[in-house]
Amino acid sequence: MAKITFITSDNEKIEVEGESGSVMELAVENGVEGIDGDCGGVCSCATCHVHVASEDMAKVGPAGEIEQDMLELDDNFNERSRLCCQIEISDDIDGITLNVAH
Amino acid sequence: MNQSHCCVIIGASHAGVNLAFALRKEGWQGSIKLIDADPHLPYHRPPLSKGFLTETPVDGREPIEKIQLKPIASYEKNDIELMLGLRVESIDADAQQLTLTNGETLSFTKLVLATGARPFMPPIDGLQDAKNLFPLRTATDVIDIKTALTNGNKNVVIIGGGYIGLETAASLRKLGHQVTVLERESRILARVTSPQLSAFFTELHQQHGVEVLTDKDVVKITTDDKGCNQIPNQIICADGSQFSADIIIVGVGIRVNSELAAAVGLKIEHGGIKVDRSAKTSFDNIYAIGDCSYHFNPYYQRFVRLESVQNAVDQAKIAAQSICGKEAEYNAVPWFWSDQYHVKLQMVGVGTGYTDIIERIERDDNSKRSLWYFKEQQLLGVDAVNHSKAYVLGTRFIKAGIIVNKQKLADTCIDLNAENVTR
Repeated sequence: MAKITFITSDNEKIEVEGESGSVMELAVENGVEGIDGDCGGVCSCATCHVHVASEDMAKVGPAGEIEQDMLELDDNFNERSRLCCQIEISDDIDGITLNVAH
Repeated sequence: MNQSHCCVIIGASHAGVNLAFALRKEGWQGSIKLIDADPHLPYHRPPLSKGFLTETPVDGREPIEKIQLKPIASYEKNDIELMLGLRVESIDADAQQLTLTNGETLSFTKLVLATGARPFMPPIDGLQDAKNLFPLRTATDVIDIKTALTNGNKNVVIIGGGYIGLETAASLRKLGHQVTVLERESRILARVTSPQLSAFFTELHQQHGVEVLTDKDVVKITTDDKGCNQIPNQIICADGSQFSADIIIVGVGIRVNSELAAAVGLKIEHGGIKVDRSAKTSFDNIYAIGDCSYHFNPYYQRFVRLESVQNAVDQAKIAAQSICGKEAEYNAVPWFWSDQYHVKLQMVGVGTGYTDIIERIERDDNSKRSLWYFKEQQLLGVDAVNHSKAYVLGTRFIKAGIIVNKQKLADTCIDLNAENVTR
């Protein structure tokens, strides 16, 4: 179980809780604006781009190789970028804040 | 624009659903009605041949919520009326009205055809009477396939070696079934990619125990369902070869659902509904998006009809802007993906009409390969196998019209990055 806070580009703050699955799925289920997940969560479309809050970087960890390549397609890419379809929900990420990149 | 305006969308898959939400984003104040014959809450189609096929139902329930495009609450929040399990009978463009097969009529100020396509069922003798024969396009198709797959390992014959057939083959092998792919052409994926990529996927499937047979023109299916322990279907090819099948899956292409459009008098070309750069048809208040649209692609300077999620989603956004009175022109570079076994294929651009191909297999990791399609100096497309970097670079080069140094690209001693392979 993890509580996750999304902050959209309109500065809307959405706090949700998830048990399992990916963070992208949780965001789509809760209608978080800017998280589309067009490819269904297979790291192919880069439409679930988030910036992880600096203090949460250690909890979330870095992007994998494919993910890193895909992120570089996006103009809003920075060192805190992740595709949240690649972040699994678990106790380890409880309390994190994610800023939606679009 | 006011609240008496109504946008009716026929087809609630990737294109239609994205259009509905994009309309709200663009400020559409009128009502939005989204109609589809499929009774399920709109879902992602790509997982149908992959995760949705391999996942077992939990407590007898299919995991369809996991692949839904949007949760039901999002439709409610955005005031999008879902009209599922309903079919449109006819459209009266002058009266701006359509009639459903249940007799109900709906008025529209804007109409969007996101009608997609249906599986083509080839005229094979005996196909209609075959037992456990399925196309694979809808969630219902896959649920039926999963039902037929229960109780032990089955002999499955897949007619058609395209992406649907091959992804299905990979999923069925994962589940432990015997799989034979029968392809009519001399190579699998013949219609959609190069001989090099066909050869790669042939070998991949063979390594995973799939029997991949080409030049197999299925002419007849005989079915005898009397013996309960007997394999019911016999598939007969033009060359006389025969194959037994418990289950037959047909993936030999599609037919565009263009009948409604044709009946209204919309321009149909090359099987698709012809639209302008804003996805508008030959009628002012009717749009067509997604698989059913025949549209201009500026990168290739020609009209194309594409069957992909990318095209559905991107065109939906353009149509929404146009419907809301904004200037919008579709100019996306097409992209596509396919996941089979551990292999991730990512494709960008349209390689059709290439004059030469450069194939790279990375020295440090030979599971990474990429095929670069050129028409003289112009990079048309890239097929990247387990190689997202190649895919990303290809996308950038095509979008920016960058000239690639082919000699450097072909030299695997040179690392693949933007600086190294451009002049």
